[in-house]
Amino acid sequence: MITIEQTNAAGIAAELVRARRHAGSPAMGMVLTLVIVVEEEYADAALDQTRQASREHPARVLAVVLGDKRGHGTVNAAVGIGNGWGGETALIRLTGEVAKHPESVVLPLLLPDSPVVIWWPHDAPADPAGDPLGRLAQRRITDSASVGRNRSRLLRERCDLHAPGNTDLAWTRLTPWRALLAAALDQHPVKVTGASVSSERANPSADLLVAWLEDRLRVPVARRASDGPGITQVTLDTAAGPIRIARPDGRLATFTTPGRPDRPIALKRRDVPELLAEELRRLDEDEVYAATARRLAHPRPTRKKAR
Amino acid sequence: MPTGGGDGGVTSNPLRVPQDRRLPRIAGPCGLVLFGVTGDLSRKKVMPAIYDLANRGLLPPGFALTGFARRDWADQDFAQVVHDAVKQHSRTEFREEVWKQLSEGFRFVPGDFDDDVAFDRLRRTIEELDQVRGTGGNHAFYLAIPPRFFGDVVGQLKEHGLAGATADTWRRVVVEKPFGHDLASAQELNGLLDSAFPDGSVFRIDHYLGKETVQNILAFRFANTMFEPIWNSNYVDHVQITMAEDVGIGGRAGYYDGIGAARDVIQNHLMQLMALVAMEEPTSFDAAALRIEKQKVLASVVLPRDLSRHTARGQYAAGWAGGEKVLGFRQEDGIDPKSTTETFAAVKLGIDSRRWAGVPFYLRTGKRLGRRVTEVAVVFKRAPHLPFGASSTEELTQNALVIRIQPDEGITTRFGSKVPGTAMEIRDVNMDFAYGGSFTESSPEAYERLILDMLLGDPPLFPRHEEVELSWRILDPVLDHWADRDDSGRGPDDYASGGWGPASADEMLARDGRTWRRP
Repeated sequence: MITIEQTNAAGIAAELVRARRHAGSPAMGMVLTLVIVVEEEYADAALDQTRQASREHPARVLAVVLGDKRGHGTVNAAVGIGNGWGGETALIRLTGEVAKHPESVVLPLLLPDSPVVIWWPHDAPADPAGDPLGRLAQRRITDSASVGRNRSRLLRERCDLHAPGNTDLAWTRLTPWRALLAAALDQHPVKVTGASVSSERANPSADLLVAWLEDRLRVPVARRASDGPGITQVTLDTAAGPIRIARPDGRLATFTTPGRPDRPIALKRRDVPELLAEELRRLDEDEVYAATARRLAHPRPTRKKAR
Repeated sequence: MPTGGGDGGVTSNPLRVPQDRRLPRIAGPCGLVLFGVTGDLSRKKVMPAIYDLANRGLLPPGFALTGFARRDWADQDFAQVVHDAVKQHSRTEFREEVWKQLSEGFRFVPGDFDDDVAFDRLRRTIEELDQVRGTGGNHAFYLAIPPRFFGDVVGQLKEHGLAGATADTWRRVVVEKPFGHDLASAQELNGLLDSAFPDGSVFRIDHYLGKETVQNILAFRFANTMFEPIWNSNYVDHVQITMAEDVGIGGRAGYYDGIGAARDVIQNHLMQLMALVAMEEPTSFDAAALRIEKQKVLASVVLPRDLSRHTARGQYAAGWAGGEKVLGFRQEDGIDPKSTTETFAAVKLGIDSRRWAGVPFYLRTGKRLGRRVTEVAVVFKRAPHLPFGASSTEELTQNALVIRIQPDEGITTRFGSKVPGTAMEIRDVNMDFAYGGSFTESSPEAYERLILDMLLGDPPLFPRHEEVELSWRILDPVLDHWADRDDSGRGPDDYASGGWGPASADEMLARDGRTWRRP
């Protein structure tokens, strides 16, 4: 990484070009710009996770660290191109007045004519689409599980302000669960009469799973507390008997369906790079998440009548 | 018949909506019976692919894998073989909990292919799996064995009631190339498989079709506007399809002698590549629509009249390849010193259609060539008029578009550009698109994709018997021609190991005023 101090967007852009030329102009084939808004202490970890995720999606990564907003504005940056990976990085530190206008630094650095994704690894605005940096992106990734307190309330607020393009890693974490549940109903096309979700307290993924099941199945879904880790059990009640996935240890689950023997299935909790890679695979609006977020923000008394 | 999410059509499952594209396709309850558990194919490809699928959560809970071989093994010996194969060759990390749940479904049935008792035991094993693991009567039989045993195994499966499915279960059979060694034997094999398994349950694996880069040919051609207008005889001069290997036949003498490069590679991989490059736009990407278009191409292929002038073949000679001293083909272990089996084959094909009339397709493959590479090069005609002095364009050749299938997956275009300086001079430059990490590190192996598709009953990536037979119909006259030449004492030419094939191959293109690209 080459450090440049007291610079601006043009300086950073020139350094990126210089670094690439210096490496013999390797074919870059970058497919998107990924903006990360992160605190100084987490910046290295976030960049590392991005590097792993961007194996599948070569990207220009712009990590923005917002410092103290008072005083004279300063832009410092550390620029590097892939050593062992297919993208380029700029870690941009903004202090002083310019920290109130980070979009003025980021906008000139976006790759031409390609998607922009923004990721807040920790604290994120309640309305990501209204955020000045968030407005530059068509995909805005938050992680409700990463904050220490009031996770469920924060998630609900964010769902209430949901805008097309918003997504949350708490939702991404559910994909394997949702896939198994959908596959179970493929196998047993029976009417689900009720459902329940057990998880540790304050688990945004479980909140979303309840909302998704309520929205899709139109039945009341009970929420039960367990010791975790994460979600520990999901049950769908049917006339033929329960369909159940139980995962007490965060790794191996037992899959129970009516009329078939219990079967073990690996259901590991996934790491952030894997979640991020899944998010970057599709950059259009996730309509199912939008519907789930709506349901979570505005729970309706469930009518017994099927749709 | 429930097929996981593979049907993609209207579904009454409230948890599955078409907009929800995050949800992966998970195969329904099923088991796989593997014949030939000790071969390279099983150990290096099939077993690791099964583990990788399990690790990615795409196999059904309770998936069962049964090995069948002439070994005095118990279930745990078989599990050990799979364990070693997975540890050594799997793409994804080894995780104890995945292994644990997968290995609980391992069974082994010892026996010969003509052993009635063993097949009876196999049937009972499968029935037991339906009870214990919930495989639901759905089973696939993977024949990773030499084709001469197909008859025995398929006959036994039929006789012991293993091949027939009931209304709500399925039975499938998977076979690997070679699909016969000529048209007659291919038809015989197809007849045999059809006699035991219902239509649509025979899956032929051409692992090239499982490669991301090969599937991308369709995206490249039919998702873009800038290539299709020039994808015809108005602009294209000729097409070269190359699959080169830097290794010799290694330990495959028993398989290779008598088969040769044309049967081993051209009949399946290169013909399929040609079909994908040359075909018209399919009405959709389902299996039937794709097959129709590929079949149309294969049915309109014509051979040159004089095969001795427009085909070439060779055998690698002893020498140096890539800094190593290597044996010639006829000196390899297990090869008859008088063998006339070719290790290099090149043919010129034409396609009689409006789009391709007059555009030759040159297909070549060989062992012990300069480097390992598979690519499709579309070479364009020269510009009809060049408003530069003759001396300015001496270094300018033809524009080309190269689809690099493997390794270094990507696309290269070659075009002319001004040489920096005061004089107007133009030379060839390359522009490169590299998939980089995206298609090489993280993308599934071809076998993962194909095995999953087979378990889902999703057929677009598997060649049908019609395509196989059409390919043989094209190749048979060439093979007959070469056999005639053998009889008159004009066998294959020798070529230097580590080079790009025999001189006769270069002459074959020189006759048309062209040269092979150095890939």
